[in-house]
Amino acid sequence: MAEVTQLIHDYLRHNKKFPHVFCPGCGHGIVLGSLIRSVHALQLPKDDVVIVAGIGCSGRMAVYVDFNTVHTTHGRALTFATGIKMANPKLKVICVMGDGDALSIGGNHLIHAARRNVGVTALILNNYIYGMTGGQCSPATPFGDTSMTTPHGSLEQPFDTVDLVTAAGANYVARGTSFHANMLDTLIKDAIMHPGFSVVEALSPCPTQYGRKNKFKGAVSMYEWLKKNTVKVENRKEGDTRIPIGVFRDVDQPGLEDRYAALKAQIAKKDLPAPKEAPVPAGECAPLEVPVEKAETKEQA
Amino acid sequence: MATIRKKRKKVEVFAQGNEAIAEGALLAGCSFFGGYPITPSTEIMEVMSHRLPKTEDGVFIQMEDEIASMGAIIGASLAGRKSMTATSGPGFSLMQEHIGYACMVEAPLVVVNVMRGGPSTGLPTSPAQGDVQMARWGTHGDHSIIVLSASTVQECLEMTVIAFNMAEKYRTPVILLVDEVTAHTREKISIPDPDDLEILSRMTPTVPPEWFKPYAEATRAVPAMAPIGSGYRIHVTGLTHDNMGFPTSRPDEVNEAMKRMFRKIDQFYGDIMMVDEFMCDDAEVAVVAYGSVARSAHYAVEQARERGVKAGLLTLKTLFPFARPAVEKLCRRCRHILVPEMNMGQISREVKRVNNGITRVRTLNRVDGQIITPSEILKAIL
Ligand SMILES: Cc1ncc(C[n+]2csc(CCOP(=O)(O)OP(=O)(O)O)c2C)c(N)n1
Ligand code: SF4
Repeated sequence: MAEVTQLIHDYLRHNKKFPHVFCPGCGHGIVLGSLIRSVHALQLPKDDVVIVAGIGCSGRMAVYVDFNTVHTTHGRALTFATGIKMANPKLKVICVMGDGDALSIGGNHLIHAARRNVGVTALILNNYIYGMTGGQCSPATPFGDTSMTTPHGSLEQPFDTVDLVTAAGANYVARGTSFHANMLDTLIKDAIMHPGFSVVEALSPCPTQYGRKNKFKGAVSMYEWLKKNTVKVENRKEGDTRIPIGVFRDVDQPGLEDRYAALKAQIAKKDLPAPKEAPVPAGECAPLEVPVEKAETKEQA
Repeated sequence: MATIRKKRKKVEVFAQGNEAIAEGALLAGCSFFGGYPITPSTEIMEVMSHRLPKTEDGVFIQMEDEIASMGAIIGASLAGRKSMTATSGPGFSLMQEHIGYACMVEAPLVVVNVMRGGPSTGLPTSPAQGDVQMARWGTHGDHSIIVLSASTVQECLEMTVIAFNMAEKYRTPVILLVDEVTAHTREKISIPDPDDLEILSRMTPTVPPEWFKPYAEATRAVPAMAPIGSGYRIHVTGLTHDNMGFPTSRPDEVNEAMKRMFRKIDQFYGDIMMVDEFMCDDAEVAVVAYGSVARSAHYAVEQARERGVKAGLLTLKTLFPFARPAVEKLCRRCRHILVPEMNMGQISREVKRVNNGITRVRTLNRVDGQIITPSEILKAIL
């Protein structure tokens, strides 16, 4: 217990922004705890960590933790994170998003961050619902489930975050839950230390908006559900319908920032010494340094 | 002590407006460009993709869309870079939510909008000036902003440098509006020696991190800005924040924050407002114009003078905050004011507001994707 109190003191902005907004039983608090324990275990200096968050209950995390924190716009956190990482590759950039944030409004940014394999860690808190706006369905809401905007049951098939980002090219892809807190610690730790784009999806109960509408008795029953309905990916057998959790992809392709640095080094080597720098006498017109195959207004849309 | 005379590196080149903008950005110290291609702005991005990787710390990234481009350059700006994007109408529309975010977090950056005919995908390769009011009021909520324009290729370079300087000095996004004619015109320009240019950079904190208040009242109402990762652990949010940067809805704190953000630009009006006056001193008829239209107007004014008509031209280089004193002066002395523009009257609306009934304000509008010629303007002057 004493250790937990110590961590709270060290990593939360408890003098500034508490009490927090999370409802009793919300899984987001557990994920936040996991994130803090992971950073602590890795002994990362606080100044080197940047939390970039979207908008939603999950996005609030950025306000509470004592790192560099950027609370961005709904769905676009990864675009800011990409800019920050490319501007200063030394930083550990962790992007916290809800399922609506990451998969709906931010779906395009998610697949492109994965394709680009930029050295950012995406932590996607999937509660199957839009929490902050009061419980509308999200692209992760299971088929047939009810929400404020699917009162008769959802007719749409949900995204599988793991399949989506794996197909798009992320280096490291994992799924954990708020019930399996220790495992989540490990997954987040791995993800942060991984080169390239890493994704951890955390299934995180929202008793207030999702649980109530989908006949869960309370927060506890939602955690029991997570326990019963998930299975470690390595223990999964043919025909098992439970949700697999664990690590799904683990490769070490260099991140975009590393590839960019390599390109720059290569150009610098080729370009030395730079004869183009020689001064041209005033009055004589030299062409501006522009790409060789200059396209002049080809596109018509 | 002996002084070594530095060899002037002033270079004359034949360049296009878009290329001059890229050149200006590099001179101003831009080291981050994120963008998405769109006619007629694409050449800016192409030049940056070619040049930035050759500079010491330059980063170029082509993002998946304009929303992402704005997000990336805001992120880079927060991390301490001078950053920029360039686009045209449809892309500029997509950027609006993030332009508002940049205003709110006071991120210095430059957005170039090479205007094309609209609305919608409109006329991709034809000139227009239809995004003037969108540059001022496109995003949601009340905010101040600086909008500049350029009418020659040389000015494209110079105004880009100024745009960066103002962005850094006032901690605000600066929009540079150019029309397709200026962007694609090729002419001889001179690239100044970097040593001859005054390049400004944002103020960074000098106090220890524990004393630092990221959004505190400050000299010129512009607080110092600590780059992410520099040891000043800060919170940045698009929510209305107190002077520590944390969300607040306390009316007194909200009021203070909003008023300061307006004040930092409004009170330095004199520094920000740039106009060119041509034959205005004794003018009886004045043309107020900007962009390529100002060049047509310049010729028309010369022609009018030759015919004995006392005409003058006020070229607006700063569109917002609007050049009230300069326009007001003309309203008081002129029989009428003519505002030619390639839209249905986006700046003439401002001129009429300033004029407030003093004299007659006439408009000359074209929205057919064609430029406004000197003879059209001359006819309207006479
Ligand atoms: C552009 C935009 N559209 C809509 C909203 C409103 N909005 C705020 S949070 C949210 C959804 C949050 O759901 P999710 O991302 O799943 O996070 P949760 O609250 O469930 O953690 C929405 C739609 C917004 N802030 N901005
Ligand atoms: S609404 Fe749901 S997601 Fe939001 S804090 Fe409450 S329980 Fe958590």
